[in-house]
Amino acid sequence: MAYIPHTEADRRAMLAAIGLERMDDLYDAIPQEVRFPDLNLPEPISEMEITREMLTLSEANLEVQHVPCFLGAGAYNHFIPSIIDHILQRNEFYTAYTPYQPEISQGTLQAIFEYQSLMCNLTGMEVSNASHYDGATALAEAVILALNQHRGKRHKVLLSPTIHPHYRQVVRTYTQGMGLTIAGDESLDISSAMFAEMLDEETALVAVQYPDFLGRIEEFSSLGEAASKTEALFCVVVNPLALGLLKPPSEFGADIVVGDGQPLGIPLSYGGPYVGIFTTRQQYVRKMSGRLVGETVDSRGQRGYVLTLTPREQHIRRDKATSNICTNQGLMALATAVYLSIAGKQGLREVAELCYHKAHYAAEKIDALDHYSLWHRGPYFHEFVVACPRPVAEINDQLLEYDILGGYDLGQVYPTLADHMLIAVTEVINKEEINDLVDVLEEVAHD
Amino acid sequence: MEFPTDLKYTKNDEWVQVEGNIATVGITDYAQDQLSDIIFMEVTAEIGEELDKDATVAEVESVKAAAFIYMPVSGVIVETNAELHDTPEMINADPYGAAWMFKFEIANPVELDDLLDATAYEKYCQEREH
Repeated sequence: MAYIPHTEADRRAMLAAIGLERMDDLYDAIPQEVRFPDLNLPEPISEMEITREMLTLSEANLEVQHVPCFLGAGAYNHFIPSIIDHILQRNEFYTAYTPYQPEISQGTLQAIFEYQSLMCNLTGMEVSNASHYDGATALAEAVILALNQHRGKRHKVLLSPTIHPHYRQVVRTYTQGMGLTIAGDESLDISSAMFAEMLDEETALVAVQYPDFLGRIEEFSSLGEAASKTEALFCVVVNPLALGLLKPPSEFGADIVVGDGQPLGIPLSYGGPYVGIFTTRQQYVRKMSGRLVGETVDSRGQRGYVLTLTPREQHIRRDKATSNICTNQGLMALATAVYLSIAGKQGLREVAELCYHKAHYAAEKIDALDHYSLWHRGPYFHEFVVACPRPVAEINDQLLEYDILGGYDLGQVYPTLADHMLIAVTEVINKEEINDLVDVLEEVAHD
Repeated sequence: MEFPTDLKYTKNDEWVQVEGNIATVGITDYAQDQLSDIIFMEVTAEIGEELDKDATVAEVESVKAAAFIYMPVSGVIVETNAELHDTPEMINADPYGAAWMFKFEIANPVELDDLLDATAYEKYCQEREH
């Protein structure tokens, strides 16, 4: 049966209702001459020719498989075991996202259930949803949860200045028009100790990043306690890979843990698709957006999976919904689940340790150079800030001539960190590549 | 469908039982039947809170829909049924008894005159059945 939503009669009735005669009348506002512009496209070519052309174009890209990449800042180049792609591309999984008759797709539900369980293990939290689009939307949803937890009576949100700048932008976009005060990130000088002072009865949520955008690792126990005293929810944005090594945020009082799952087996892919991790305490499960898969037994006592919490925003809560997010990143969530299950607890720790040690090796070598120094002396994970003798963009241009992808120019987002480079070192970088970076940095210290 | 005659009703499908200056509120048999299986209930107002008529006091969610429970008349919340949070299915099983939701002190008894009696409410429900 063909799916034809509107008959000709339906269309006529709808047009009549708004006082139009023809469908074209809807486009009256668009000038005739720009409705069908001449696109000036070349003549059609054969598949063989177009394949060659696309290959030539793609070869003009600089790929992280071919050059060492010291650029991180929220998206990281890690090794991706080939098994992940093999599983993702099985046609049972490689289809549209969660089916609308979910229980008929037990495999999909089981995959989501495994993902949720792994995320809970990693973050130490009690419940995980089936995922969000990316880390930024997950943080925005944490803000929404906190506002609803306080029933709209609290209007202040504290964001640490060292949460990823894009995440903070997304929170502002998401909540615009809601009359919120989003504070705390006006200056890099605002520390988590000052946050404890800024918390008040108006604060719905306080959020920090761990490790922070500048790579630093901080212990947030006292902030967690301060948040709890004012009944503000405490949200921690994590790099899930770092949790292979670090204490989970549940141990310092996190109410919500969010993050981007990209480091767990998802390629950089020019910025996406990635997957947003969202985990929280059991007591907030009904305020959590998205869906949640549960395990149960069927009428014959066999294990089965169900959508315990469906995307209720769509078909139950409707106008009473507190979030508009209904979907998830099923395939990307599966990638992280496969990554974590083949790495195992020990493997994940080893990857994290490799990143940590290689980054520390690189940082010490760079710090020993005459014209470069580490900006920060405390603990850090696999990313660190280097004060440079010249503008970062110029240094990066020269690194590129040596086929090295340099770090992130922090002056773009933190005016006080002009001429500071954020360098990420992951397990795929070898010692020789680090030594090359150090040598070239020394060489390009002056014009 | 039951419409106890000793209760008063609202067009939002709450029942109200008045004893002195205290009113007890729940949702009607008709409301629970329309919602079908109720899986979640939360009182969102706090004890001691002073609320106007039609202010939101509680929220229920069934497998089909979510609904708010409103103040039938203005007053101060004095007690809520904490057990209902863990046993929302009681709202389906015993809407006029165990599933009472909250009690409040009536601020302005004159407002009670606007509530429906059982006959009027039953008629109102029938009108909505098509």
